[in-house]
Amino acid sequence: MMNWAEFFSMGGRGFYVWGSYGAFALAIAVEIMMLRARSRRASKLAKESSQ
Amino acid sequence: VNLYKFASPVTFYPLAGKMWPWFAVLAGVLAVAGLYLGLFVAPVDFQQGEVYRILYIHVPASVVGMFIYLVMAGYGVLALTLNTRLSAMMMEALAPTGALLTVLALWTGSLWGRPTWGTYWVWDARITSTLLLVFLYVGYLALTHAIEDKRRADKAGALLVIVSSINVPIIYFSVKWWNTLHQGSSVSLAGNAIASPAMRWGLLLMTLACWMYAIAMTLVRVRAVIREREHDAAWMAEVSRSK
Repeated sequence: MMNWAEFFSMGGRGFYVWGSYGAFALAIAVEIMMLRARSRRASKLAKESSQ
Repeated sequence: VNLYKFASPVTFYPLAGKMWPWFAVLAGVLAVAGLYLGLFVAPVDFQQGEVYRILYIHVPASVVGMFIYLVMAGYGVLALTLNTRLSAMMMEALAPTGALLTVLALWTGSLWGRPTWGTYWVWDARITSTLLLVFLYVGYLALTHAIEDKRRADKAGALLVIVSSINVPIIYFSVKWWNTLHQGSSVSLAGNAIASPAMRWGLLLMTLACWMYAIAMTLVRVRAVIREREHDAAWMAEVSRSK
């Protein structure tokens, strides 16, 4: 069984390591959300034009 | 096979719709495997300590962020020479993901540099040219959005990206051409812990994951771009009605 507290501390460099991974995850989440919104807007536009 | 066929938005639109989920799944699987190797299996680096684990996302973001700009330049050449409609759409779809990954490369590099070099930022050749790449992505997006006439916007954007793509080899070779603080390829550092198989595989899998992610995002975004641009085309009306 691994020691999770030790894992998260990353040898005292947790701020840098998780600051990097956290920002990466956040950026991906934001990109996906923004792309979803854009796709929906584009679908709506295409649908309106087809009527 | 007639490749020109796939250069048409009409054929590429449904194809992209079928393909992107596969790339998304692949990205997820590769990322889980890569993160497992990188964070749990790979040993600690004896020089840098645990902070080197940032490289598992820093290297993929940098590599894919640069490569996307080259792909855009390739589509730019197609757009200007063959005048294929899809090429400019692909450029528009690639840019946001490329910009984001390059920003992440700088962000993660900065957080790696602070404990390793003692500074968040230095104006060395590699880092400065990577910052320039961010500005080029933003510049392309700003330029193409500022020009009202889409055809002219596409041409100007393609020209900008083709000419400025010279910056990508400059980033790549900067560590050899200039005496930079930024190290060369970490993978080749003999004796370094990077030499361990778990580390190399972790790095490779994460890079592939990032690649697949970028493809998935681009395919979804190009569909949105096609809908935006062709919303009053007859074929799009058909597609929209059938849903």
